Amino acid sequence: MAQDYKADDEVLGKAYDSKLMKRLLGYVKPYKKYMAFAIVLNIIVAAFGPLRAVLTKVAIDDNIKGKDYHGLLMVTLAMIGTLVFQAVMQYYLTYYTQLMGQRIIYDLRVKLFAHIEKLALKYFDKTPIGRIVTRVTNDIESLNEMFSSGIVNVFSDIFIVIWILGFMFFMDWKLSLVTLSVFPFLIYGTFLFRKKVRDSYRDVRFHLARLNSYMQEHVTGMGVVQIFNKENEELKRFSSINADYRKVNIDSIFYYAVFYPAVEFLSSIALALIIWYGGGEIIHNTMTIGVLFAFIQLIDQFFRPIRDLSDKYNIMQTAMASSERVFKLLDNNTFVKNPEVPVELKKVEGKIEFRNVWFAYNGDDYVLKDISFNITPGQTVAIVGATGAGKTSLINILTRFYDINKGKICLDGIDIKDMDKRELRKFISIVLQDVFLFSGTIKSNISLNSPEITDEKIIEAAKSVGAHKFISQLPKEYDEEVKEKGATLSVGQKQLLSFARALAYNPQILILDEATSSVDTETEILIQRAIEKLLVDRTAIVIAHRLSTIQNADQIIVMHKGEVREIGKHQELLAKRGIYYKLYQLQYKDQEVTRTA
Amino acid sequence: MKSLLTLKKYFIRYKSKLLWGVLFILLSNLGTVYVPLFLKDSINALQKNVGYAALVRYGILIVATSFLSGFFRFLIRETIIVVSREIEYDLRQDFWSHIQRLSLRYFQNNSTGNIMAHATNDLNAVRTFVGPAVMYSTDTFVRLVMVIVIMVSLSIPLTIYSLLPLPVLSYLVYKLGKKIHIKYTYIQEKFSELTTKAQESFSGIRVIKSYVREDNEINEFQKLSHDYLLKNMDMVKIESMFQPALYLVTGISIILVIWLGGIQVINGTMDLGEISAFVIYLGLLIWPMIAIGWVVNLIQQASASMKRLNKMLSEKYEIQDSSITDHSIDNVKGTIEFKNVSFRYSPELPYVFKNINLKIPAGMTAAIIGQTGAGKTTLVDLVPRLYDVTEGEVLIDGRNIKEIPLKTLRKHIGLVPQETFLFSDTLANNIAYGLKETNMKTVASSAEIAQLTKDIESFPLGYETMLGERGITLSGGQKQRTCLARALAIDPAILILDDSFSAVDTRTEEGILKNLRTFMKERTSIIISHRISTVKDADLIFVLSEGRIAEQGTHEELVRKQGIYSGLHYKQLLEKELEELS
Repeated sequence: MAQDYKADDEVLGKAYDSKLMKRLLGYVKPYKKYMAFAIVLNIIVAAFGPLRAVLTKVAIDDNIKGKDYHGLLMVTLAMIGTLVFQAVMQYYLTYYTQLMGQRIIYDLRVKLFAHIEKLALKYFDKTPIGRIVTRVTNDIESLNEMFSSGIVNVFSDIFIVIWILGFMFFMDWKLSLVTLSVFPFLIYGTFLFRKKVRDSYRDVRFHLARLNSYMQEHVTGMGVVQIFNKENEELKRFSSINADYRKVNIDSIFYYAVFYPAVEFLSSIALALIIWYGGGEIIHNTMTIGVLFAFIQLIDQFFRPIRDLSDKYNIMQTAMASSERVFKLLDNNTFVKNPEVPVELKKVEGKIEFRNVWFAYNGDDYVLKDISFNITPGQTVAIVGATGAGKTSLINILTRFYDINKGKICLDGIDIKDMDKRELRKFISIVLQDVFLFSGTIKSNISLNSPEITDEKIIEAAKSVGAHKFISQLPKEYDEEVKEKGATLSVGQKQLLSFARALAYNPQILILDEATSSVDTETEILIQRAIEKLLVDRTAIVIAHRLSTIQNADQIIVMHKGEVREIGKHQELLAKRGIYYKLYQLQYKDQEVTRTA
Repeated sequence: MKSLLTLKKYFIRYKSKLLWGVLFILLSNLGTVYVPLFLKDSINALQKNVGYAALVRYGILIVATSFLSGFFRFLIRETIIVVSREIEYDLRQDFWSHIQRLSLRYFQNNSTGNIMAHATNDLNAVRTFVGPAVMYSTDTFVRLVMVIVIMVSLSIPLTIYSLLPLPVLSYLVYKLGKKIHIKYTYIQEKFSELTTKAQESFSGIRVIKSYVREDNEINEFQKLSHDYLLKNMDMVKIESMFQPALYLVTGISIILVIWLGGIQVINGTMDLGEISAFVIYLGLLIWPMIAIGWVVNLIQQASASMKRLNKMLSEKYEIQDSSITDHSIDNVKGTIEFKNVSFRYSPELPYVFKNINLKIPAGMTAAIIGQTGAGKTTLVDLVPRLYDVTEGEVLIDGRNIKEIPLKTLRKHIGLVPQETFLFSDTLANNIAYGLKETNMKTVASSAEIAQLTKDIESFPLGYETMLGERGITLSGGQKQRTCLARALAIDPAILILDDSFSAVDTRTEEGILKNLRTFMKERTSIIISHRISTVKDADLIFVLSEGRIAEQGTHEELVRKQGIYSGLHYKQLLEKELEELS
């Protein structure tokens, strides 16, 4: 639950922004029938509460005063009828409104996720994963609240108020006006309260964020606190932050403490007005006692929706802020562009050409400079170089994770920019240094859930890379669950799994970034054998860390500071006594020693 | 429930305020229950053709009473809810002072997220119990008693009939609340699955893209989102019953009063005023009845949270002064000795190293070199007792470090940890972190030794530059040098540099090392590094390999030995040559 207390997630803006709202309502379109249904139902349901107050009037004026037992029973039954009907309707109304809200945010969430999946790696390099995750989770969640309780309840509250006003004026417009004279105070009070609460809510959020980030920071840096003997001083600082937080909370209590009693006080004034003015009318026989009863009930129903408006405001405000962030992400167009009419590829031979390729992640900061080389189909090419020589960038651009700045990369003589990048990637499998395992099973980690990769293929692939042995020793074999990125598997086992994955896809071109992490001799032999299997019958590019790989390579490309400096075979290059020779001494020679030893 | 007993001492601390709160609850409710009586009287009076003046008087009585009641209600919040915030403060304070004294092992075994969850969610659940739960349960009880007493005095049968449906309401709220809570945990589970999926998919985006599995990921996410929708709807099904059930039960109560009361009015055994009073009283009881069910759930959640907090608060302080501590020791000279020291992080884990013996005389510069994972950091962490040895002993100036008061020990050790950690504060305050107060002279001279002065001069705000989230981000090398300056500032007898130059370029490093030579002259220092260039001038070099000291000696001796050290030396020469090739 690592939280990020970044400012852009904290800002609360307007509660209503017509542009955002319009765009949001676009997502309601598929459900406009639900929406219409909900609104109509709302109008009907809203009438029942006030209607019962009017029925009370009938019961008192006509039945009780007229001593009509049967009539009283009938009205009572009618009231129960409206009550049951209202309850049932209310249930369906809430249910369908929520369903609609859930569907809408489901659509939006999936759409957003699909959009992110398709963004270029450049976006992921620049944006912390946590923040992207927040967009598809928490931000979408706060929209849910708006769709399911905010918008529709606002309608419902408005209709309730309208019905109450209608009934009141219908029964006695003069008493209505007198009673409603408290209304402006209520509105004013509510808005004042809302403003104060919003300000104090902001203070509370600010101090809470401060408190949380203090704790987060100091839990992370507790070692430093302890080494420097700063426990007492830090406790003092913590106290003052904690006390600030307490203060703003206590301040905010004041507004609630004033508001709720104030609303009750206003409603009692309304009650007093009903008795004073209505009573006077009754004395003058211009009104019945039943109307007075009805008014007492109606005024009670009238206060609630207005008091609740301030809660709705907060919901809308959060939702607007979230939707702004969601839409901003939906508008992000960091894609690696596909050609409009891609060259179709049925089959590839595996001939690869780099022609004067220049590449930079940022601006003019070139990490690859004027790279040119050829790989003939079926060749195994080893790429060697010190850290930062540009080896990884080389494979990043071949698969079009990034587009190059200058030059040309051709596959079978066709510029890879003219191909559908997804088609291109289907011909190439990559085995990365850090094996990434997904939660799921061993099986799903090999097939990545591709329906084309049958169980037979999975087992065959596992067998040929030598992973079958350890897999069949697992309690559930291929259906064994992979948890927490494969925490229960050893480094070597994870490697073998990723080899099996690459082999199962049977690519024409294989890119392998050999892991540097040391494994025991037995596993090392397994891995070497697996690599030999992987390289057979296909074009292979290997970022080599193993002596055996460079010894067996058809061609070795030596990278240094973003440039290709030497190309050739192992013995030739050694004989040159250039960069390769040094690299060999540095990275590979030890393996020779340990192997012969 | 038992777990909440921990809160007793906090309640006692604020007992007078809480008692006032209870008094205000009594007074406020007294006012609240009087209003319907005035209404009753006025309606009955209307039936008897009273004058206008009586109506005005009732009106004023109603307004005045509810003003008083409202005023006390204001005071209730200003006492009880305020106390809840005060207790929250105290609890958090105790929480923090406890957590600060836990050893590093605790922080290794518990993720920051986990600790933060205690500090936020659990504390909040307990706070909700202390404030709202206490306030509403008292309020409910008081109001219930008062209203029922008055209702009974008005009409016993009507009281019975009209109250009959209300316990159903409490029960429903309790039951539904419980169910909702369970459904809610399911929803949370699904939500965290969804979050995990997104997290995983975005971190594994390279694999996904290279195997062209985007559509599959989208499908899976879609499936999870749909499950999440269904789980939500499961809850909605129950939640949607809440409001209608509420209407139904309270509505039936009111209708019963009108019907049965109406019959009595027709019979002449009751007045209309009583009916109106009953209707209002029922209205007054609805919220308390809901509150009962709600409060029960709150208490259950709070007790679960309190249980977790109690567990944390009872966590033992692993490293602290004990009976063998000799408080007369107030200085450290700096001879460090390891005698048969073995260490492992926990009994289930293998030893990091075994039977380490080494001695660094005071004033010497020692270096430790070895592969990643060889245990170098763990070894030096034992000196300021960030961890205690598993077996054997560490001696300083011939005394077991467990006998030296912890504060004294740490005061004389300047450790520059491998993981640079700076606080979101100004540069000056970060460097002066270990000082009693920020002394600019010390800060500046420490920064000078750490070759930080030029960098600081390049910042517009100089030493007052804010670091971290709300400030600037330092480069890795700048961070390491700031950490170094921070350790130098406390004028330590023992200086430990744990791979502190890994992000510093070699030329700057040389400069720092040159400066340090003078600084370290009178002090003992231990330098951990991967680089030969960093350690070669040390008086004594230890090569740590596979949990033991494989080689030791000076640079010249070790190079001659043709062992691990000389191998490293050769490789680094090659690396340097490569680096210099253009």
